[in-house]
Amino acid sequence: MTIVNFTPWAGLIGGLLIGASASLLLWLNGRIARISGIVAGATVEPGGDRAWRWLFLAGLLGGAALAFWLVPGSLAFQSDMPWPVFLVAGLIVGFGTRLGSGCTSGHGVCGLARLSPRSLASVATFMATGILTVFVIRHLLGVGA
Amino acid sequence: MKKNIAALIAGLLFGLGLAISQMTNPAKVLNFLDITGTWDPTLAFVMGGAVLVTLISFRFILKQDRPLFEGQFHLPTRSDIDGRLLGGAALFGIGWGLAGYCPGPGIAALVMGLWEPALFVVGLLVGMWGFRRLPPVG
Repeated sequence: MTIVNFTPWAGLIGGLLIGASASLLLWLNGRIARISGIVAGATVEPGGDRAWRWLFLAGLLGGAALAFWLVPGSLAFQSDMPWPVFLVAGLIVGFGTRLGSGCTSGHGVCGLARLSPRSLASVATFMATGILTVFVIRHLLGVGA
Repeated sequence: MKKNIAALIAGLLFGLGLAISQMTNPAKVLNFLDITGTWDPTLAFVMGGAVLVTLISFRFILKQDRPLFEGQFHLPTRSDIDGRLLGGAALFGIGWGLAGYCPGPGIAALVMGLWEPALFVVGLLVGMWGFRRLPPVG
């Protein structure tokens, strides 16, 4: 194992901002910042209030654009995967996060803070299958290693 | 109105955080998951930094009777660990490990104007739509 491209300060600052976002949404609106739930609620789920969800997603795009513009080096995209993999990955992530009621934000950032046993089980599971998937692709199939 | 502005600002902070920490770069995420190869621990600092804040702030926030701009808190109430939760998380992890994107970074990366994030988000929406089309279970 070799450690590469480690950027702890940018990671920590980004993490604190994400934590601040989740805190603000719960404190002001009483909502959990769970991206998969917000996306589904803004699009495929019937009923419910769609306006705040679309505005949250608009903010997400605006915030990313602002960071890419202001922070040198933050705008980077590196991938060895051909584009169809992104489509298939999106399908699996979309279906999986709905079946499992959350993703890295809902179960990870918010669920762990609420000490939810469901979220702890979810995070342990998706970390494990994520690590396993990368191991299979990079070290067994030899793609992108 | 106030809660819509609050959601916009929360989204803005979230997007800033994801982009500053470069979670919008698939290689950062895949290297984090590659613990036996080229490991990049950054994602643990992103997650750790976020949970550090929420672990403290949620204590205080949830002691309030209600949020500032809404009548009540909208919190998950279930505590049982079932096959759907674990199966969904397992699938999500596989998709995450394939492309290096979870929903937030995939959507934030749309502003790069590249094909890959756009296709990921198309897949994401179709996958969510497909789940809705399934008959309800138990």
